[in-house]
Amino acid sequence: MGFRLTPRLVLLALLVTLVATLAAGCGRDDESDGANTAASETDTGGGGEELSGDIEADGSSTVGPLTTAAAELFREEQSGVNVTVGTSGTGGGFERFCAGETDISDASRPIKDDEEVPICEEKGVEYIEFEVAVDALTIAVNSENDWATCLTTEQLNAIWEPGSKIKNWKDVPGGDFPDESMSLAGPGTDSGTFDYFTDEINGEEGASRSDYTASEDDNVIVQAVAGEKGALGYFGYTYYEENQDTLKAVEVDSGDGCVAPSVETAQAGEYTPLARPLFVYVKKESLERPEVKEFMRFYLENLDTIAETAQFIPLTEEQTAEQMTKYDEAVGS
Amino acid sequence: MTAVPAILGRRSTGERVRGGAFYGLLVFSITVGFVLLGTLLIDVFRKGIPFLDTVLLTEPPSATPEKAGARPAILGTIYMMGLLLLMAVPVGVGTALYLEEYADRDRWYNRLLEINIQNLAAVPSIVYGILGLAFLVRGLGLGRVLLAGAMILTLLVLPIVIVSSREAIRAVPDSISQGAYALGATQWQVISRQVLPAAIPGIATGSILALARAIGETAPLLLVGALTYVAIDPTILGQFTALPIQIFQWIARPQGDFKLLAAAGIIVLLAILLVMNAGAIWLRNRYQRRW
Repeated sequence: MGFRLTPRLVLLALLVTLVATLAAGCGRDDESDGANTAASETDTGGGGEELSGDIEADGSSTVGPLTTAAAELFREEQSGVNVTVGTSGTGGGFERFCAGETDISDASRPIKDDEEVPICEEKGVEYIEFEVAVDALTIAVNSENDWATCLTTEQLNAIWEPGSKIKNWKDVPGGDFPDESMSLAGPGTDSGTFDYFTDEINGEEGASRSDYTASEDDNVIVQAVAGEKGALGYFGYTYYEENQDTLKAVEVDSGDGCVAPSVETAQAGEYTPLARPLFVYVKKESLERPEVKEFMRFYLENLDTIAETAQFIPLTEEQTAEQMTKYDEAVGS
Repeated sequence: MTAVPAILGRRSTGERVRGGAFYGLLVFSITVGFVLLGTLLIDVFRKGIPFLDTVLLTEPPSATPEKAGARPAILGTIYMMGLLLLMAVPVGVGTALYLEEYADRDRWYNRLLEINIQNLAAVPSIVYGILGLAFLVRGLGLGRVLLAGAMILTLLVLPIVIVSSREAIRAVPDSISQGAYALGATQWQVISRQVLPAAIPGIATGSILALARAIGETAPLLLVGALTYVAIDPTILGQFTALPIQIFQWIARPQGDFKLLAAAGIIVLLAILLVMNAGAIWLRNRYQRRW
């Protein structure tokens, strides 16, 4: 019977397991400091009514962590309500949402009028759209790149348009950049980030050159840009924020001067055209259930805390108030 | 005295070089495997150990790495592996017994069955996921539940269990069953008291391989609806998540600490696998016989 495992090998296996279990004693460094304070800041409001039930959310993997944070904080108040969050992607989320399978759909772009809305209508799924946070799509280059500090939308278009032949920085129109080969990295076609970027920069959703390193995992794009001097890539702002030591964000000029991506410029709407709103869609029918109603109220009332916990760019006070008004109208209070 | 070294010398020049090269190749092969695995393990342990604590085992996932655990995912994986064993081993061993002991290989449908099973082992796991989504989740209306995940993993590993069980059953010497028949035993008695007990070590090996493949599967589970955030403990007919999915999701997060958490998750996954393997090895050693 070939290779036999002797008792000695069994012992070895058990030993490794033991080591792994023993290591469990080590503990992590700073035990839940910021998290606890964040949780206690949440506005309880709404009385102490005990709710129960299941709420299903699915959709964008960009927005997922935000809804997850909301669900997590909500649990501390309403432990009987079980919120689950999937990350099938914006498109995949809408597919399930319009089939009536989920209560909430996370989206990093608005629902598509020509493709998704008719399906929702056909199945009789009515919904309300809420804006929950902002993201600044960040154009990043390697930290050793000292020539590209600002790119115009025309230059970005020239680099990323379908069929673009630019493979060297010196070929970027109006750039006066050095002779350095350029490698590109970006999200794959299933991503809402890709949809948004191509729509804004190339003028058509999904239109992009295809000879770049594509990955659904933004960390891979970060690695690709951080690993090569002439690299350029784009991804969500949080990924830039977490990797500032190896990356440099490029300012974007859409005609009104160069603007760097930041919390302030994204909130103020100055970082155009790459600041994008992030959405949550709620099924109207579900919103009539007390647990969904309460969860959405909690979500919108605590947007600031939730965004902080999940490290997203929050909405401005005005925008938050707008969403609350929308909510109040929807639940008809 | 002078002739002997000459003969040895003649043999050594050609054969020793070849033998040496062969030995070197073997050492190289084993080194590649060990170095890669070792690097991986050292990397994972170095990163994961600070996060390997009771929080990881007892808390649900969280947006803050310091508070995040993987309890629903760990339980989901353990439940699924349990269900998998309950379903895959009886069905797999039953199929293997039928093919080895009962099936008439001259019949075309038995041969077709065999070819089918051998080919199924090579079908990509995502295809099983699509099957699960269409047939179990939507067709049978089972929904996106843990049982559907376990069933799809069962289908996925069934060919492995069947093929290895057949090998094990075939390895039982014919003289054993012939002897039992000679003493007047029925086919049922021969199989249940002689063939099956003797084949257990081999069947256990096959089941280890099957479990090892199933425990790391992510793609088919994503399709049958394993979610990325579940806060409550899983139930068989409830929504679920599994460790590989939790690890995958943590790795994709921007915050560096989640990557360390993912490493800790990998250690837990390895520990679960080792415990299950140890069980199977114990079973095998207990039933091991020599002829």
